[in-house]
Amino acid sequence: MDHKVNYLLRLGDNALILSQQLSQWCGKGPALEEDMALTNVALDLLGQTRMWYEYAAELEGAGRDEDALAYLRDAHEFKNCLLLEQPNGNYADTLVRQFFFDAWHYFLIEALTRSSDARIAAIAEKSLKEVTYHLRRSGDLMVRLGDGTELSHARTQAAVNELWMYSGEVFAYDAVDEAMVAAGVAPAADQLRAHWLAHVGEILAEATLVMPPADAWMQSGGKQGRHSEHLGYILAEMQFLQRAYPGAQW
Amino acid sequence: MSKEWPLWEIFIRSQHGLAHKHVGSLHAPDAEMAVNNARDVYTRRNEGVSIWVVRAADIVASSPADKGALFDPSNSKVYRHPTFFPMPEEVKNL
Repeated sequence: MDHKVNYLLRLGDNALILSQQLSQWCGKGPALEEDMALTNVALDLLGQTRMWYEYAAELEGAGRDEDALAYLRDAHEFKNCLLLEQPNGNYADTLVRQFFFDAWHYFLIEALTRSSDARIAAIAEKSLKEVTYHLRRSGDLMVRLGDGTELSHARTQAAVNELWMYSGEVFAYDAVDEAMVAAGVAPAADQLRAHWLAHVGEILAEATLVMPPADAWMQSGGKQGRHSEHLGYILAEMQFLQRAYPGAQW
Repeated sequence: MSKEWPLWEIFIRSQHGLAHKHVGSLHAPDAEMAVNNARDVYTRRNEGVSIWVVRAADIVASSPADKGALFDPSNSKVYRHPTFFPMPEEVKNL
């Protein structure tokens, strides 16, 4: 598969899987305000997914459209990072997952606005305002939960510790990522990682949370299609309708 | 301290030149989060250019019992009401 198609699918898959996970909070958020905020973020990510898939499908030229990419691929064909398929858990788990992702996503999208690929730059430009708000919101909430009650602090710290090993995969570049860097399409990993560590460190400090060591061992494999069992359940629910009634529309 | 988030009243200015208008209320732990929440709850359809949030507890309201003393005396003073000036059609938002 073409490196650029692969890279676009990774971007789309990250956004889609997180969007699907967030939408499961719909109607169950801890407060009406949080419920709406999470579903807003889910919708923003879904919109971004469509733009990445649309471009990937065009480049691929295999007759697959965005729906086929979302609903008719199996788990091993999904290229989302493992962080995003981690369970919603309690609200701190969902929030820490979101914050780790948003911090990376913001710096990535910001850099992609200068991509050598004009279409990617345009999609990034369109997404940047949304992503900027996502990071602001999840960072603000991290501080409130971390520096909140004893219980919220304990749960948020536990989520940080638990999810930390999934935070490094986005910076573990393989041949696909490196080809994109070489072509000026995507930013280099070290520069993104430096921004990410600085920002996450700042927010965690403000939230009175302990940041795990930056050089800790990191889990990876999602980008290459090696997933945890969680992804199977997510896809089972997301793809059920198209699998049970192929071609169904409304 | 109460475990419930305090209530905030939300005011949104829909466009430049107009005053902020009360649109509703929401719960949030503090002012910053109230602005974030207001963005998600009340400005999803491009409604505003500016948001004010005010703690509901900080609003001092007149009592319905004072209605007579506060408002009735103006009723008999017709000259206070600028109803004698025809407004040009072109003037909007006045």
